[in-house]
Amino acid sequence: MKEASPAKAYALHLGVIALLFALSFVLLEYHHGLLARIMVLAVFAMGYNMLFGYVGLLSLGHAMFFSAGLYGAGLAVIHLGWSVPAAFAAGLACGALLALVIGLLALRTSGVAFMIVTMMFAQVFYLIILYFAAWTGGDQGLVVPQSGRVLVLGDTSLGLTNPTVRYMSALVLFSIVLLVTLGTVRSRYGRVLVAIRENDERTKMLGYDIFSNKLVAVVVSGTICAASGAAYALLFGYVGSTFASVQYSILPLLWVLLGGAATTLGPLIGTLFMYYVVDITSGYTSAYLLIVGIALILLVLFFPRGILGTIRQRWLGWLP
Amino acid sequence: MHFGPHLLLAALEGLVTSAVLALTALGLSLVFGVMRVVNVAHGEFFMLGAVLAWAISTAISGHPALGFLAALVLAPLIVGLIALVSERLVLSRLNYNPEATIVATIGMLYIIQQLALTFYGPEARPVEPPFSYRILLPWFGYSGYKLSIIAASALLLMATWFVLTRTKIGLVMRATQYDSETAQAFGIPVDRVYAGVFALGAMLAAVAAVLIVPISQAHYLMGQDPLLLSFIVVIIGGLGSLRGTVVAAVFIGLSDGIISVFFSPTLAKIIATLLVAMVLVFRPQGLFGTASR
Repeated sequence: MKEASPAKAYALHLGVIALLFALSFVLLEYHHGLLARIMVLAVFAMGYNMLFGYVGLLSLGHAMFFSAGLYGAGLAVIHLGWSVPAAFAAGLACGALLALVIGLLALRTSGVAFMIVTMMFAQVFYLIILYFAAWTGGDQGLVVPQSGRVLVLGDTSLGLTNPTVRYMSALVLFSIVLLVTLGTVRSRYGRVLVAIRENDERTKMLGYDIFSNKLVAVVVSGTICAASGAAYALLFGYVGSTFASVQYSILPLLWVLLGGAATTLGPLIGTLFMYYVVDITSGYTSAYLLIVGIALILLVLFFPRGILGTIRQRWLGWLP
Repeated sequence: MHFGPHLLLAALEGLVTSAVLALTALGLSLVFGVMRVVNVAHGEFFMLGAVLAWAISTAISGHPALGFLAALVLAPLIVGLIALVSERLVLSRLNYNPEATIVATIGMLYIIQQLALTFYGPEARPVEPPFSYRILLPWFGYSGYKLSIIAASALLLMATWFVLTRTKIGLVMRATQYDSETAQAFGIPVDRVYAGVFALGAMLAAVAAVLIVPISQAHYLMGQDPLLLSFIVVIIGGLGSLRGTVVAAVFIGLSDGIISVFFSPTLAKIIATLLVAMVLVFRPQGLFGTASR
């Protein structure tokens, strides 16, 4: 893989952010709303990619980190009446703490056992949400009241229900996470992660502590996913147990595989593509899970590198 | 009813669950043991067995036993064929890479589930039991059919054990499991063994489903609980160990039956799942298994 000059890589990413900013003024109302949602979910996919793409750890339980952020932020507003920044921070803290605990336990296993353990912990988390239905709303979920979704900055107060504010908030979160991801993967630490993915024995021999490096990656990945969940609760005003189900652990995997694992922009492309495929086909059939299933099989069979992974391999070797 | 008879009833129900669970989990365990493939779609093969049993038994008129027997033979064969085709078309082309196959079987899960919903519908449908003889115990009457499930399952488990340990086919399977490369070098058609084992695993799940469907009902989402429970059984029993699988299935089935009589099912599931995850974290070879090679 050729190395990109930093300027080229950052220019590309800033260009993507600028494009998304510009689209805000051009898009029709429906697509405008959809894109805001896609950007928030792309953050989820980027968090997943951090672990799956760069460390090579395939988790089947990331829905728990997303929903830790979702419920952490949502319940703080609903039950405690916290302000938007405090609730967002609460969501992040929940996700980071959960990721730390899960990481300490699950990283004792590897390979297939890691996938099953993460899936089981996520299942426990999902069942706990159902069990405490009195606070969480169970499978019905809860609506975050509009009065609680107002961001107060100095003298101005911004209602997060306003489409433009919502779009711009999603874009800000997306841009921060995208640039943080880019910075991380180009840093020394990012290279250690890739080294662990490629050959953990050799990396260990070179004197790196595999366990603590992986643990940091799990916490960073979990926190990013929690940020996506917290933003989802605050921007779209709904928390529900569906977001903790197995399906929401599979979806980021699908988005990342489709866009290209271990590429910084892949998660956005995968999420965007899949969301529109489901959106378009749901006009013809209700069987959208069928499409998810077929897409998963076709991807692993014929297209394991995903869209950007293939482009990088064929044409643009410098793509980060 | 007093506590004693109540417990006996719970234990009998638990044994029926164990019997079905042992067959289903054995299928999962064989596939993992020989092929190193975690088949997430295993529960869907179970569901397919039940749905096909409904379809076959309603298509055949006459005595219910006739339709049931036809289902008991035909449903596993059809499911086995579907598994064989999907193994050839998908898994074998992935070279049995553990991560790729997990993703692919998740895809199969969604496809089978959605097709069942489309063609079979969201209703739960019953299948008539082949006979409705009740055995009278001093405290309550108990369905003779349920007891026959336990007997049928025990018979099938013994047959599987016999095939695995006493026949040439079993020897070939064990050789492939132990070292597939050396087996290949000795002229064992490893890819055909893999295809056969995958089909066999799916058939075991389908048989279990046909046995249980007269007392539960066929539904397109019914594969989820057996999948989770089979995972639990296989992990506790130690992967690829037949004896461990059976012991764990009896243990899980009995405790599931007894716990869900006295506690909330959600809480029981939370505790069971968490305990199993901890077993996997701290004792990955299973409670009864020996240290991995």
